[in-house]
Amino acid sequence: MSRASTRFDTKKVNSELVTLTYGALVAQMIKDLDNTEDVSKQLERLGYNMGIRLIEDFLAKTGTGRCLDLKDTADKIQSAFRMYLGVQPNVANWSAAGDEFSFILDSNPLTDLVELPDELKNLKYCNIICGVIRGALEMVQLDVQSWIVQDQLKGDQNTEVRVKFIRRLEDAMPAGED
Amino acid sequence: MSDDAVFEFLHSELINYIISQNEGKSKEGKDEDLSNIEYIGFSTGYRIIERLTKEMPRFKDELDTMKFICTDFWSALYKKQIDNLRTNHQGVYVLQDNSFRFLTKLSSGKQYLEVAPRFVAFTCGIIRGSLANLGIGCLVTAEVQNMPSCKFHIQVQRT
Repeated sequence: MSRASTRFDTKKVNSELVTLTYGALVAQMIKDLDNTEDVSKQLERLGYNMGIRLIEDFLAKTGTGRCLDLKDTADKIQSAFRMYLGVQPNVANWSAAGDEFSFILDSNPLTDLVELPDELKNLKYCNIICGVIRGALEMVQLDVQSWIVQDQLKGDQNTEVRVKFIRRLEDAMPAGED
Repeated sequence: MSDDAVFEFLHSELINYIISQNEGKSKEGKDEDLSNIEYIGFSTGYRIIERLTKEMPRFKDELDTMKFICTDFWSALYKKQIDNLRTNHQGVYVLQDNSFRFLTKLSSGKQYLEVAPRFVAFTCGIIRGSLANLGIGCLVTAEVQNMPSCKFHIQVQRT
């Protein structure tokens, strides 16, 4: 498809559009729900819903096959970050058992134009990312937990997203079928 | 690589969220309340236009502004230009997009025609917000007759 001509850098506009829309949405949620805890939860759910669709887009565009182990999975998610968020995080802080790891983001486009007021310091603004990871992995039979460890919005050096592997999901056959 | 999909999914989740918030509140037979979706669009449009036009010279007049919205602005956001712009030169503008980005993913039959307003409310807000920031106060409504084409009516408010 030929791109319509525009004097703007479409990629940059698109990423700002996502950032601004997300910001406006979060602001609306804060208005709707009075508990920041609920807002964080809602954001995670929203991310989950996006994740279960994004994985399909990811698989279609990259044509990747099965992952052999969690390290493999981490690499794939890393490239998904680059595809969808435009930044490449580092994979680090593996736990001794090899079932937990972190993505370290030097910069986070999602929070580029964002400032959190003091009374919202416990809002997990980037929870959508955790939701996306959980949703996407659930669609490839991996049950994981994900949460934010460090957040640049709150004055930390980097943004760190932790992922913990829980178990492999088995395909449940519909009743009455072999 | 593109992150177009992210915006599209975010847009549909946003609608999903607002609609689920509305549930229980709405009264039978009344039109759905899409004002919150429109307002999110408004805030987004108000901010994005400022970032896009900060290096640009001032627009000549209202029509010039509208042309900018139809071409550069629309291509940046919706990957194509507006197909048709009409005006009565008295403050009414009609922008027609024959293949509107958020409607192309829906069936083009009649099946989802009644939920189509959900998918254009955000954009009405975007238009209203960006024009507001450029100093033009207006009302924006949308009309979907045949998917995936959509008409945006802009009524400039003169005081």
